[in-house]
Amino acid sequence: MLALLPGVRRRGNPKLKDADAIVEVRGLSRVFDVSSPWISRLVSREPRRTLAAVDGLDFAIDRGETFGLVGESGSGKSTLARMVVGLLEPSRGQVLIDGVDLAGTRDRAARRAVRRRMQMIFQDPFASLNPRWRVGDIIAEPIRVFRPRDGRASGLGERAIAARVDELLELVGLHPADAPKFPHEFSGGQRQRIAIARAIAAHPDFIVCDEPTSALDVSIQAQILNLMRDLQERLGLTYLLITHNLAVVRFMATRVGVMYLGRLVEIGETDALFARPRHPFTRMLLDAVPDLAMSGRPRTPVGGEPPNPIDPPPGCPFHPRCPQAIAICKSERPAFRDNVACHLATADDARPAVE
Amino acid sequence: MTGPLLSVRDLRVEFATRKGPLVALDGVSFDIAPGEVLGVVGESGAGKSLTGLAVIGLLDSPGRIAGGEIRFDGERIDNLPQTRMRLIRGGRIGVIFQDPLTSLNPLMRIGDQLTETILAHKPLGRRQAREQAIAWLGEVGIPSPEKRIDGYPHEFSGGMRQRVVIALALCAEPALVIADEPTTALDVSVQAQIISLLKNLTRRHGAAVMLITHDMGVIAETADRVAVMYAGRIAEIGEVRELVRNPLHPYTQGLMAAIPTLAVRARRLMQIPGAMPRLSSIPRGCAFAPRCPRVFERCAERPPLMAIGGRGAACWLYYQASAAAEIRN
Repeated sequence: MLALLPGVRRRGNPKLKDADAIVEVRGLSRVFDVSSPWISRLVSREPRRTLAAVDGLDFAIDRGETFGLVGESGSGKSTLARMVVGLLEPSRGQVLIDGVDLAGTRDRAARRAVRRRMQMIFQDPFASLNPRWRVGDIIAEPIRVFRPRDGRASGLGERAIAARVDELLELVGLHPADAPKFPHEFSGGQRQRIAIARAIAAHPDFIVCDEPTSALDVSIQAQILNLMRDLQERLGLTYLLITHNLAVVRFMATRVGVMYLGRLVEIGETDALFARPRHPFTRMLLDAVPDLAMSGRPRTPVGGEPPNPIDPPPGCPFHPRCPQAIAICKSERPAFRDNVACHLATADDARPAVE
Repeated sequence: MTGPLLSVRDLRVEFATRKGPLVALDGVSFDIAPGEVLGVVGESGAGKSLTGLAVIGLLDSPGRIAGGEIRFDGERIDNLPQTRMRLIRGGRIGVIFQDPLTSLNPLMRIGDQLTETILAHKPLGRRQAREQAIAWLGEVGIPSPEKRIDGYPHEFSGGMRQRVVIALALCAEPALVIADEPTTALDVSVQAQIISLLKNLTRRHGAAVMLITHDMGVIAETADRVAVMYAGRIAEIGEVRELVRNPLHPYTQGLMAAIPTLAVRARRLMQIPGAMPRLSSIPRGCAFAPRCPRVFERCAERPPLMAIGGRGAACWLYYQASAAAEIRN
């Protein structure tokens, strides 16, 4: 099974800028048709309407890092996650996993090999586990699916699978005796552990985590986040972490991308981005987080709400809410340059502050 | 009036099941002073929403108040008939729920919902009520309220809808507002706006607030005092600043340390092992004992809320300190 991997790598694009990138997203877009049914369009002479949920994204995720993606609801975070794992086809652009374009390649063996190497953890552990399946079968499913066709010969018979399930249950802090139980016998936090065990069962390298702790209480969230970091260290995993919770991103991510209305507005190393946000939207998001330390730090009051993505404002989509907007912001869309998409950002911000 | 506006004593709520009653709230006691903001925080299933529902008399069967009493403005309200309770609810006690879509009637113009509430609780004519409704919409920050008043809920964004719900809760000028997770369904940027709106408006109108949330950050920014609930009981109650800086109960300590912060990238989050017990298996004695890092023999017995320096903590660790303080007084 492992013998397949070098073959996959060789198929990769040799001209990759970043040799260490495991995921590369290039000009990725997804457009949804949100028109009324054609008969009502005909009657009221409405044109077709489309919604660009994700609009021309470019970024790369390095091996072993956690790339955090934050943004408000409707900013396209989850649409992006679904395209990255191949649950949704892009309208334009590519997602390359180790150089292989999952949506573009016809080579079934290569597709299968890439699929095995990535997994997803969903937000709601009550919806993501089949209530009629035993926990052991849930966790064994990816192992069975991705087992080489001659399973018995390579030692992956049922007994080996059961042993692997026991090992996985212990790895995520559950007990082998939990394997014959059903999901309803577990609490939300334990179910998320089961979902994590399933995600790592087939030895993936890359896991997309879509709001993995948003449905959990804080004390349970701490358990799950610690577990995810431990597993990353032990198994050398790469995470794409999607969340609206900035404190979770702060704890988990090595790099952060901030999305607004389907586009990236800023990317940066976590420490730098939290210390010196460059895009006004990033600054606004950070200012909006309630201050538990009650330090009384000065905060700019936030105005406005996320605009309707069907009818985005012209120019910079953030300008109606931006406290610093100038004339050009209303007419011209800022390019994503030097890791930020803002007319007012200068290259100086990007340099580390000189002490 | 000098006494508390709301006084809850030894509140016990049970759910009748085939296997006998499940105790969902057990010995919950707290006061809210006029104009005060009391935060009620806890994990899901801790009983915080249930406490709010019990106060406004909206417990659904098979849940029922099985003991204790609730006094509002000196009057007992836990045993009032529904018709009397309906006059208080929406009138002198306003309610804000989590999801603005479900608390507004989708088939009624928001103006009609507001005037209906105002007419039900105030001696006004229809035209005056409509003028007040417009004034309230302006006050909660809805632009051009005289036009938007005839809109339907679906024509408003999530944040705007929650503003309408706030107007609806405040328009009868209640003395107490019960806000159950008022910002949980909203984005952080909108959440900050709604929280400051709620804070400013209730202060301006002198209304007390019982703010129920799972978000300690929201409490820290808004509340004067906070009650931390665990397994249907109050674990700790006291002034917010004190409680956040120096939590006494081991559960509160664990909870505070488990919250990731923006300030520094922690190497590891403190975690409380295990999970909150189900209602059917709350341990005898202290409910937190099985997860507590500082558990000792005494914890097999149920700890009362010990008074310590203006705060209350239901933990035997403070028995001696609290007894000593009592003797000194």
